[in-house]
Amino acid sequence: MTTPSTTSLAVARAARERRSAGFARTTADRLGVVGSIAAGILLVIVLAAVFAPIVAPYDPDYPDLLASLSGPSPAHLLGTDALGRDILSRLIWGARITLAGPGLVILIATVIGVLLALFAAWRRGRADTVITWLLDVLFAVPGIVFGLIAVAIWGPSLVTVVCGLAIAYIPYVARVVRGAALRERNMPYVSAAWLQGQSGTGITFTQILPNVQPIVIAQAVSSLGFAVIELAALSFLGLGVQPPTADLGLMVKSGFDSVLRGHPTEAIAAGALIVVIVWCVTVIGDRLTSNARSMR
Amino acid sequence: MSLRAYLLRRAGGLLLVLLVTSFIVFGLLYLAPGSPLAFILGPRGGTPEQIAAVTAQYHLNDPFFVRYAAWLGDILRGDLGYSIVYRQDVSSLISGRIGTTLALVSMAAVIIAVVGVAAGTFAALRGGWSDQLTSTTAAIGLSTPSFVVGVALISIFAVGLGWFPTFGSGTGGLDTIVHLTLPALALSVASAAYLARITRASVLEESGREHVQTATVRGLAPGYIVRHHVLRNSLIPIVTVLGLTIATLIAGAVVVENVFALDGLGSLLVRAILQRDFAVVQAVILVLVVAFVVVNAIVDFLYTFIDPRIALGSRQ
Repeated sequence: MTTPSTTSLAVARAARERRSAGFARTTADRLGVVGSIAAGILLVIVLAAVFAPIVAPYDPDYPDLLASLSGPSPAHLLGTDALGRDILSRLIWGARITLAGPGLVILIATVIGVLLALFAAWRRGRADTVITWLLDVLFAVPGIVFGLIAVAIWGPSLVTVVCGLAIAYIPYVARVVRGAALRERNMPYVSAAWLQGQSGTGITFTQILPNVQPIVIAQAVSSLGFAVIELAALSFLGLGVQPPTADLGLMVKSGFDSVLRGHPTEAIAAGALIVVIVWCVTVIGDRLTSNARSMR
Repeated sequence: MSLRAYLLRRAGGLLLVLLVTSFIVFGLLYLAPGSPLAFILGPRGGTPEQIAAVTAQYHLNDPFFVRYAAWLGDILRGDLGYSIVYRQDVSSLISGRIGTTLALVSMAAVIIAVVGVAAGTFAALRGGWSDQLTSTTAAIGLSTPSFVVGVALISIFAVGLGWFPTFGSGTGGLDTIVHLTLPALALSVASAAYLARITRASVLEESGREHVQTATVRGLAPGYIVRHHVLRNSLIPIVTVLGLTIATLIAGAVVVENVFALDGLGSLLVRAILQRDFAVVQAVILVLVVAFVVVNAIVDFLYTFIDPRIALGSRQ
């Protein structure tokens, strides 16, 4: 005869096995063909950006004024910009900031958003009402406006726009995670942990958080694409990353001035790299989102 | 819930959000480092007259909440402050530029509606390669920032082919439309791609429904079925997304106006931020946020009318 407790133990074990089988599945399985291609491209870009000092053929800031605005050649594969700096090297170094800035935005937004969401879902009642209302207010302001506001107060810089945008992305993460956490909270395993005497904080972090984790990651990756676009746009406007630092948004801006003089290489290369990065991130995010939904 | 009660509740919620955002915009000044007076006047220093003017405008001699009430009262009376850089009333600065932004956003909205719905319907009904091609194009369009589209459009159609002017917003009428074509295109690419996606999904879902099968079996003409059975029913999500998209265009215009050097609210805002013209920054941000919130509320409200199945006030 099986007692209820052994049944639930068996169920728990089966669930754990299913989950580890899920982890054992290869990345390609989880991302699909297009997703794997996107992940591959993104990996190459990230590696190049991380190892920029080794990979980049030239110092990105070295101006060779005699060779300014030269077209693609064996010496400079993508040519040089208006100040004679190697465009390829600036792309590689620029990808660093273009990836790290939005990455930081999403990291901050995710940590704060998840904490708010879990707290709201666990406490419910008045705490939930207040947090939901706060998120609604944040939602009522378009994201890029937070960046603009931050710059208006603290002046143009990468740190300022990262902080501004991080606040803008909190509701995007928190709303989704709160919904998922509320669903998990009503599951039997949560009551079981409660009956075993685990504290609310303990249950939230050891039981609920691992179960909403796929949704958190999917939402973070999906938001990352938008953050890349908005941060690059703010840099393009001259409000984010400041010259002479290499940044893709800034390169589109400086390349734009060369376009008007008939040299489109820099703007095209930087713009195309932004599109590729955002496309890869969005494809992976879409895939992770549909995976997280089907796991429910 | 009755319509009256619903409208009252919506209006109340809207007012509350507007009050909170106005308070935040007002509070910005006090988040800034240094004293408000020094922040507004900035490195310009300021003559005793300027100091007196700023003190009067921001009611700096009053307690904090009195200041806020006075500031809000000024705004409700249409007094948005005085620009230190332009030496003009902010309200006249804004009213001179709001037309360009409105025209830009309206043109983009029309492009998004036409292209998005057409492409999405086309992809869903044709299927196969047409669908693949449209979906791929939409995915790329969705990944492309408006300023990259803008720079590409300028280099191809303005610098390369010379079909359109590079900068400025024209002298009115047809000239304005010609000047705003490329900016409106740049502003609409990502949203059109998104709308195409939504339309495709919605049309696909609708054409699998039983009432469409019934219509097909009854031998109705395919064109008639598409127009009267499929499209009409798939309009609900399409219209909602379109409305919400128009709200985001208000913020997107900030970037596009700067690419094309249009004299709209967005370029005014960015210049004001860089020149630390705080009265202008506050006023333009307030206008943008209010427009955004109000458009969203209108869409929310219309949504319940488009789809009678959704009860007033229910959160869907």
